[in-house]
Amino acid sequence: MSIAMILAVAGLVAAGTFLVTSRSLSRIVLGFGMLGHAAVLALLAAGGRAGSPPIVDGAPAPDTVDPLPQALSLTAIVISFGLTLFVLALARRQQLLTGDDLVEDDVEDRRIATTAEAREAALDETRALEAFHDNPEGGS
Amino acid sequence: MSAVVALCVALPLLASALVLGVRRMAKVRDVITVSTMAAVTGMAAALLAEVDRNGTVVLRVGDWAPDLGIVLVADLFAALILLVASATILVVELFAIGQRRTPAGADPSVVSPILLVLAGGVSLAILTGDLFTLFVAFELILVASYVLLTHQGQEAQVRSGMTYVVINLFASTLFLFGVAIVYSATGTVNMALLAERIPELPAATQVGIGLWFLIVFGTKAAIFPLFSWLPDSYPTAPTSITAVFAGLLTKIGVYVLIRFFTLMELDELGTLLLVIAGFTMIVGVAGALAQDDVKRILSFHVVSQIGYMIMGLGLFTVAGIAGAVLFLIHQIPVKTVMFLAGGLIEDDQGTSALKKVGGLATSKPVIAVLFALPALSLAGLPPFSGFVAKLALVDAGMASGAYVIVAVSLVGSILTLLSMTKIWLGAFWGEVTPSAVPASSRRSVLIMQSAAGVAVAGTIAIAVVAGPLWRMSEQVAGDLLERTPYISDVLGDAVLGDVVDR
Repeated sequence: MSIAMILAVAGLVAAGTFLVTSRSLSRIVLGFGMLGHAAVLALLAAGGRAGSPPIVDGAPAPDTVDPLPQALSLTAIVISFGLTLFVLALARRQQLLTGDDLVEDDVEDRRIATTAEAREAALDETRALEAFHDNPEGGS
Repeated sequence: MSAVVALCVALPLLASALVLGVRRMAKVRDVITVSTMAAVTGMAAALLAEVDRNGTVVLRVGDWAPDLGIVLVADLFAALILLVASATILVVELFAIGQRRTPAGADPSVVSPILLVLAGGVSLAILTGDLFTLFVAFELILVASYVLLTHQGQEAQVRSGMTYVVINLFASTLFLFGVAIVYSATGTVNMALLAERIPELPAATQVGIGLWFLIVFGTKAAIFPLFSWLPDSYPTAPTSITAVFAGLLTKIGVYVLIRFFTLMELDELGTLLLVIAGFTMIVGVAGALAQDDVKRILSFHVVSQIGYMIMGLGLFTVAGIAGAVLFLIHQIPVKTVMFLAGGLIEDDQGTSALKKVGGLATSKPVIAVLFALPALSLAGLPPFSGFVAKLALVDAGMASGAYVIVAVSLVGSILTLLSMTKIWLGAFWGEVTPSAVPASSRRSVLIMQSAAGVAVAGTIAIAVVAGPLWRMSEQVAGDLLERTPYISDVLGDAVLGDVVDR
């Protein structure tokens, strides 16, 4: 595996992961594009050193490259192509519904968290009142 | 018999194409869908009988040697899970036919073909004998689930669907990297060959590969701390779809975890798995206690119950893994039927929020029974299947001296019971609430209730035949830990040249 390959995979993974963690779905799509390329490069690198093309001449040469990772890469490319389209369609739908393509928080969780906070605040208030009631002078 | 193995994958996919062609003709579509799933279930049953009697069935696709081509392997473990999984999809399809007559139901012309794709993907994931085909099977399942989750295009579904899709896409990419790592380390993606070669690698590489795939499969299985996508996305889908997701998808992740970790002899990660199992049980059930909507409570229980299966795997003993297998078999139908019961509540009341529903025990006693039986089973009360499975796990934990995880699992069980009581108090007792939606037609309610009823009967049947099931589970666990049966069945007496020497 050449150092250039390693650097390419590392750079793509870094940029892709950064983009995927953003909230905008269009950036996430770009990020997945990069991550997908990185994975395909990693698969190719797993096939060993570069060599003459397999199958084409018919006769197996000693320096023929391993064809299996290339077959795997092709399958992976096709799958990621289809999924990219699906995510884009989803982003479009989100844009139609809400006006932007941002990934939003879980509303139910937000609601339950706020009820818990409100309850906590009410309890604190009660405790403060009780403390005041027990000891109106405030010293203890 | 090997043709049956191929048909379990091919038939649903072919039928899906056919259903897509006739998707506007409701009767034809339903008949094709249901008869296909019934045929797959029948074939899975025949396969189980055959495998139990005569041993593993291996299909070499295109008759290529196992180190070059794709193999499909139906051993006892695969056949058992395949039968339970396809029977579950069949029941859910019947329920969906009832539900689609109601406004809350999913669009049948989308659900029928996509559910068949999902079934094909599930069969492939269970049967496949190589890592890359497993990746393809996962993609098949996930693509189907993306569509099922978001096809109605409502705002909540699109919102939670985005989280679901992004997280699962990321896990799939990691899977692909994992395949690259494994291939460069061993020169093969065939699982039987991997089982021979991975234990020969340096210990650090083995642990690295194990951790990598723990993250990949763990995200699918929703183990702690990778579960956060699940309770958000599952409740937003139509009930029949949530039921099949909750019953099957995470369980396929667990199935693959068990398969991979035993086959690759990764028992040095056992302690880590036990810690993860404990956290998954407690965090999941704690999340459930905080919620106040039936579907959301049940979604958190999906997470919590995954912990029990991981616990059995983490013990790495015959008893532990047998317990995990039995738990898996019990969990698939129980989880599905609980969501179906939740769907019946929603269908009847127009909502499944505990605050808005009440008194169902008097107004709708059938729903109450359909909910109560699997709920008791989920909490692990005798004489239901959950009790048998949990007893096996606790027993295995005690035998291995893993007292901490046993204690945690018992606490988790009590909290599960508490949470079920909360649903019962909220939805089934108290004042009878008027329904917010017009009642569904009698016929559609009848179909839904009988589908759920069949599933409940199935969960009770698991407790009845627990004896033979336990024997099979122990045999599965023995074979998995011994590893050689799988390897020699797949590779056979094929002369394996050093095809890949680099």
